[in-house]
Amino acid sequence: MAKQYETVIGLEVHVELATKSKIFCGCSTRFGGAPNTQTCPVCAGFPGALPVLNRQVVEYAAAVGLACNCHINRLSRFDRKNYFYPDNPQNYQISQFYIPICQDGWVEIDTPAGPKKIGIHEIHMEEDAGKLIHDEWEESSLVDFNRSGVPLIEIVSEADMRNAQEVIAYLEKLRSVIQYLGVSDCRLQEGSMRADVNLSVREAGSSVLGTRTEMKNLNSFKAITHAIDGERERQIELLEAGKPVIQETRRWDENKESSRAMRSKEDAKDYRYFPEPDLPPVVISEEWLEAIRSRQPEFAHERVKRYQEEYKISEKEAVMVTEYRNLADIFEETARLTGNPKKSVNWMTGETMRLINDRGFRPEKIRFNPAHLAALIQETEKGELTNQGAREVFEQIFDRDQEPMAYIEEKGLRVVKNDGLLMEAVQSVIDGNPDVVSQYREGKVKVLGFLMGQVMKAMKGKADPEKARQMMEEILKQ
Amino acid sequence: MAQQIDNEIIDQVAILAKLELTETEKQQAMEDMQKMLDYIDQLNELDTSRTEPLPHLFPIENVFREDEAVNGDDREAMLKNAPRQKEGQYQVPKTIE
Amino acid sequence: MELIQLTAAELSEKIRRKEISVLEAVRASLDQIRKMEPEIHSFVTVTEEYAYRRAEEVEKGIRDGRYSGPLAGVPAAVKDNICTAGIPTTCSSRMLEGFVPPYPAEAVRRLEQAGAVIIGKTNMDEFAMGSTTETSAFGITRNPWDRERVPGGSSGGSCAAVAAGEAFFALGSDTGGSIRQPSSWCGVTGMKPTYGTVSRNGLIAYGSSLDQIGPVAKNVKDCALALEAVASWDPMDSTSMKRQDLHFSENLTGDVRGFRVGIPREYVGEGVEPDVRRTVERAAELLEAAGARVEQFSLKNTRYAIPTYYIIASAEASSNLSRFDGVKYGYRAPEYEGLHEMYKRSRSQGFGPEVKRRIMLGSFVLSSGYYDAYYLKALRAKAVIKEDFDQAFSRYDVILGPAAPTAATRIGESLKDPIQMYLGDIFTVSVNLAGLPALTLPAGMTEDGLPVGVQIIGGCFQERKIFQAASSLEQALEPWHMAFEKEGNVHGKTV
Repeated sequence: MAKQYETVIGLEVHVELATKSKIFCGCSTRFGGAPNTQTCPVCAGFPGALPVLNRQVVEYAAAVGLACNCHINRLSRFDRKNYFYPDNPQNYQISQFYIPICQDGWVEIDTPAGPKKIGIHEIHMEEDAGKLIHDEWEESSLVDFNRSGVPLIEIVSEADMRNAQEVIAYLEKLRSVIQYLGVSDCRLQEGSMRADVNLSVREAGSSVLGTRTEMKNLNSFKAITHAIDGERERQIELLEAGKPVIQETRRWDENKESSRAMRSKEDAKDYRYFPEPDLPPVVISEEWLEAIRSRQPEFAHERVKRYQEEYKISEKEAVMVTEYRNLADIFEETARLTGNPKKSVNWMTGETMRLINDRGFRPEKIRFNPAHLAALIQETEKGELTNQGAREVFEQIFDRDQEPMAYIEEKGLRVVKNDGLLMEAVQSVIDGNPDVVSQYREGKVKVLGFLMGQVMKAMKGKADPEKARQMMEEILKQ
Repeated sequence: MAQQIDNEIIDQVAILAKLELTETEKQQAMEDMQKMLDYIDQLNELDTSRTEPLPHLFPIENVFREDEAVNGDDREAMLKNAPRQKEGQYQVPKTIE
Repeated sequence: MELIQLTAAELSEKIRRKEISVLEAVRASLDQIRKMEPEIHSFVTVTEEYAYRRAEEVEKGIRDGRYSGPLAGVPAAVKDNICTAGIPTTCSSRMLEGFVPPYPAEAVRRLEQAGAVIIGKTNMDEFAMGSTTETSAFGITRNPWDRERVPGGSSGGSCAAVAAGEAFFALGSDTGGSIRQPSSWCGVTGMKPTYGTVSRNGLIAYGSSLDQIGPVAKNVKDCALALEAVASWDPMDSTSMKRQDLHFSENLTGDVRGFRVGIPREYVGEGVEPDVRRTVERAAELLEAAGARVEQFSLKNTRYAIPTYYIIASAEASSNLSRFDGVKYGYRAPEYEGLHEMYKRSRSQGFGPEVKRRIMLGSFVLSSGYYDAYYLKALRAKAVIKEDFDQAFSRYDVILGPAAPTAATRIGESLKDPIQMYLGDIFTVSVNLAGLPALTLPAGMTEDGLPVGVQIIGGCFQERKIFQAASSLEQALEPWHMAFEKEGNVHGKTV
């Protein structure tokens, strides 16, 4: 009988923090500048230049630590990680090794077997490297230090995950927490969130950890899933063949759906960490920590619970609407203004999501005034708009934050409430289509749709369709 | 007794320090480092069992800058020092194997 | 008296009174440089054109009140590991030949703000690693007192330049004695301030936790004035200190009545040349005569200072010097195959033997399996050494001792045995480990006619006490002359 194997996975997640300036100098972190135009002697590693820590980075790191139930070290230090590479201008990276800012935390994820806690070993602050691009014309690479010195936090999990689904759930959880904090947009594709997967396999039931490998270059959930499944298989094959798994770093190639070892005899893999003499320790007082704590937002999982109780919406709706903080905020305000959470959540999970997908927008970038949606909902509730009209108005709100009332008036979208006028239209459609009317009376009730269409056309879409149908059926029954 | 410096250690140190040593230089380096370590060895006579390491001399802490992007564009003054550059970037031997 | 014999304070006073123009002062320095350089070689770069341009600007600035300080118009030299914007800064290394910093060191910026005129960059041991200025890639500097001897190091160029009358004062840097030992050997006054007093921003790092910039001058007052000019809290250097008491030249009376002066027994014991010991003893007598109480005491862990220092300094250096890789600036080997060979060849060809020795040692003591035994051990020993000094300064206002066990050594002598050279740092390195301020001033001569300095060490932030004691000694000693005056190398404008 084939042996059963268990996969053991830990993650190292790097998150670029959304500060205005770099971690150790006053250069801008803005994306897309011409190469090396956002560099200075500090972040380009020039002789004599010294780092000075950006206060915001400490606050962001501590805030993420609190959100992940970490212990925040009252005193933490920076250390130098020494290795040579052209994108690393000093040939050492300033990071935290001996005493990181946050330790020993956890986050909870949902699994088919119920909620599960994933341990966070530590969170530390460090600087990002520059960008290397391959020069196609010459056998060379070109270095741009614009990204060098952009602040990062590295979130190191415990080896608590067992499959790709848990890994994805964990990453989703981190992304949600970090986005709610407004600390980063966490885009895997664009590298503002990067996950390295440490994976080993062992025989089911064993408590001894197998030799692990580290997988890099995973820039989508799909790539992560493929890499985990591929690496699991590769390691099992090795073990089955009686060969050892070598502890190494492997680079995933999503196109080939395979990985290969990143090894060189020139890579000594001895980082010689030592305390960074240029930076004094960071000390977080009780008061400072309290101030950071008091600014923590209500996170998604907390809102899911409250929305169900307070707004009586379903868990599924609550989960959907809280996926992005900006959308959850719009929902809450709309619900408050309308007193109608049900309709509010419908607009957010229905039409809003449809338009986001339609337009290819980033959900976290969506901004519109909840008062506008609230007004629209109130108008619809009063029966002032047809569904189609309401959708048209909402598109305007979604696309350009249009004030709805003015738009409704301008476009004359209001439903015609004059019953006489509607009755006239219904009567004239019936009079003008005797053949169809007799078909209906012979039992072909489906033709009602055609007649209704004629009425709506005559009313230029501004009729209350329900009322029109009632009138129509009344007359036809006669 | 002090740590003995052998070929393996000196090769590893040369990799870490990114130095290329001729055989003569290597022998000299081994000899020099051995002498130094033999000398340094006397530090073990000092009892430091009750002493905490002191990476920073003074109890200063929390030296910060505020999060403001204040730097201008220093590119030209910096790049003109580059041994090789191309299109505003530092040019190095190919890094992707 | 000739112009170049003036002290910086005297010169600026005469400039202020329009007795001398800045241009004349600069010309006098450049003339002296022209005369002395072929023999002494204090400079890596002489910035003649720049100095003349600056002279005009400063002259104007003095007249319109922009430059009013006591260094306005005074020609000064700067060690070549301190960045000067637009002026090559090489650390006397092939590795940085032709490097032009895009920004100035904060100390240089402040010096120029005080109206000093930079006339050149001084020679040094490569990347400040050495005690003789012989490890410079651009040739040795000779001691102005004896051409067959070294000036000391690593700030040998700065000290020789002042001793040779080429500059009125200079900036040096001190990681393990690099200002104080060459000051002693060249017969000039040099100071290493408390760690964090002068910004390290723009000082090309050797041992970041030990490095400090400090002044080298003709006498105590100039030394205090120069330190005042460059000392500051700098938001660009996270280790720089906010200090209120930076007025070092005020009330420099030399009043040491009631001062308690300690002489560590270990600083005047075995291995110290008799001439050096005598000079220290005489200085002690003079301080006593001036009203101080002098006694010997034991700094029992002195012998651990050198191994501790070399572990920490080499470790930091191995990391600090890794940025020199042929990518962003400086030397790149002409031929290589691939990235790693480019790194290795550039660094092997760009660095001299002493630098390689230290970065290899530093890489080793930080490497996996050895970190605790060496680096961490050294950080503990540093704490012990600092504790010793803390205790000493609870009993003494200042500590008196030599700056080096000998006077200037012969060229070529110490390079034969690196360890022997390292041992010469015994009286200076612990000051850096403990972050203390210390000053060397000339206090005597050997039988061979070489200058011998004494070192005065103070507690942290106690520069004023050091300056008082130094000033007292200076007044009690017979008037000191610079090397060039002794030799009759005094030419130029009589003032």
